[in-house]
Amino acid sequence: MKQIVRVFRDLFRDYRFTVAFIALLFLLVLSLLSYVSPYDPVSIYQVPRGLPPSFEHPFGTNWLGQDVFWRLTFAVRNSLLIAVITAFFSRIIAIIVGIVSGYKGGALDQVLMTIGDTTMVLPILIVLIVISMILKDWARSFVNLGLLLAFFSWAWDARVIRSQVLSVRERDFVRVAVLSGMSTMKIVGKQLLPHVLPVIFTTFINNMSWAIGMEITLAYLGLGIDPTVPTLGTMLQRAITRQALFLGLWWWLAAPIVTAILLFIALYWLSVSISEYLDPRARFQRVGVGK
Amino acid sequence: MNFIKGYLIPRLLQYFIVTFLGLSAIFFLPRLLPTDPVKQQLQQYQTFGVYIPPEQQEEMMRTLRQLYGLEGTLWEQYLDFWKRLLTGDFGPSFSRFPVSVSKVISQALPWTVGLLSLTTILSWIIAVIVGGIVGYYRKRWMEALDVVVMIIRPIPYYVMALICLILFAYVFPIFPLSGGIGIGQKLSFDLETILSIVKHGTLPALTLMIVGIAWQFQSMKLIVQIVKSEDHVWYAKTAGVTEKMIVRNHVIRNAMLPMITQLGLQFGGIFSGALITEMVFAYPGIGWILYDAIMKADYNLIMGVMCISTIAITTSILLLDLIYPLFDPRVRYR
Repeated sequence: MKQIVRVFRDLFRDYRFTVAFIALLFLLVLSLLSYVSPYDPVSIYQVPRGLPPSFEHPFGTNWLGQDVFWRLTFAVRNSLLIAVITAFFSRIIAIIVGIVSGYKGGALDQVLMTIGDTTMVLPILIVLIVISMILKDWARSFVNLGLLLAFFSWAWDARVIRSQVLSVRERDFVRVAVLSGMSTMKIVGKQLLPHVLPVIFTTFINNMSWAIGMEITLAYLGLGIDPTVPTLGTMLQRAITRQALFLGLWWWLAAPIVTAILLFIALYWLSVSISEYLDPRARFQRVGVGK
Repeated sequence: MNFIKGYLIPRLLQYFIVTFLGLSAIFFLPRLLPTDPVKQQLQQYQTFGVYIPPEQQEEMMRTLRQLYGLEGTLWEQYLDFWKRLLTGDFGPSFSRFPVSVSKVISQALPWTVGLLSLTTILSWIIAVIVGGIVGYYRKRWMEALDVVVMIIRPIPYYVMALICLILFAYVFPIFPLSGGIGIGQKLSFDLETILSIVKHGTLPALTLMIVGIAWQFQSMKLIVQIVKSEDHVWYAKTAGVTEKMIVRNHVIRNAMLPMITQLGLQFGGIFSGALITEMVFAYPGIGWILYDAIMKADYNLIMGVMCISTIAITTSILLLDLIYPLFDPRVRYR
């Protein structure tokens, strides 16, 4: 317990962590508010259309007669949900591939890394567009979209985990474990995994941010989640296709944009400050490919 | 000789393997999926209320299959796919029917290549210079620049493009909302056309450059900071080498190497960024073609764009790999 407090005290010294932490907490509260929303997130014409922000409707109402603030609470919740599902599944793939190819090495390593390189070279955006286009109805659910995004985002992180495993593998304590007859599974779980955990954690956050961005991009094209279900992407897309700007309803467009930017910055700052805290040399990680 | 054997041939081999696998994946991915694009297209016609008699349905399916390259067994299709690819023929485009996909793409390509090469190189140069200065001198006011970059860096292209569009085309209507040149204008080399192209290209270019500079600036800054604290720089300083010489010979030279790799790695990211930017600004390049093809479910055109993009990304990485030894003598003899 004392240790955790100390870690947090150290982390809060970094202004980026403090800002990101507060912003994320705020967004989390926002998403939890969706459970007490007085309005249904999907149905339309519940309130007067096109009202500017007021006390009753903090972020105004849109042209479809929906309250923007309460819709936003659902949007944040759903976007975070997609992000967490994506990050979770892609972490599983990345950990397995990274550890197997780092620890086992040899031909298997080369095959796995070639597959990874290939998915990195593919124009991921276009591939995602094509698949979600063909599987239109399938990709409408959160879990399926998460799986789809996860499948195309593990390669770089698997590479990072692999390089970590490669360096840990040569250390004495792993050799001792091998010589003392520890089973491979146990070595992986007890000796390797703890060393890879920081990487897994920071790439988890980065992956979340990527998934949110991808969801927004896909939604703009009318793909991914069902457009009537509010996410940051579908809210934006609606506001754009319904010409929010030309109707003069700037709050309709601004609400999802500002929230999305806040979310991106918060996630990024969190991951940067945590990875710098865990390993000052890891600043190089920031240099990695910008996805 | 050593260079060719030890560096060139393995790189070329790797290039061909990855390109081959990538293109194969593009072929197999849509075919692994349970839905049939031909049936889907027919269904789409029917939902629009077009009545197709059953005997014609059969005929139509066969023609569509042929046009999509979906005839025969998977293996035959695969061979056919490579035959088409090597001759540069992706079949006709559906949304612009008699025109072939390769023609549509070749008309759009110059726009994307122009926009992309200009913004990539320009933003890289700016980022290297500014990032290098900030990383080396670390003055207090420079920290403010760092915070700005930290805010811009995580914002994805699409959101950035939207912000630029709203700010500079709607709130302050300085630049046109969409398009590559003015409506009705023909491509020619007079001043008016060029000005129009520049005016239309500024906003998409700005979007790409803001994000690109933020990425590379940070990398350059960190690399310079790390290089600066290395032993050889410190040694040079104590040996009385002038600051100018240190910066030129020790810091910049060493920092440039990872930055050149970065240029290659980020090309992929910037490329898909360019596609999104073009979609938002209706800029008549590959991205816009792709958007149009998606909206009209133009399968052939999408496949064509995918293949071209894959080849573009792998080739640019290869080219950068090949010029890399010019900058780093250690690579040459490895």
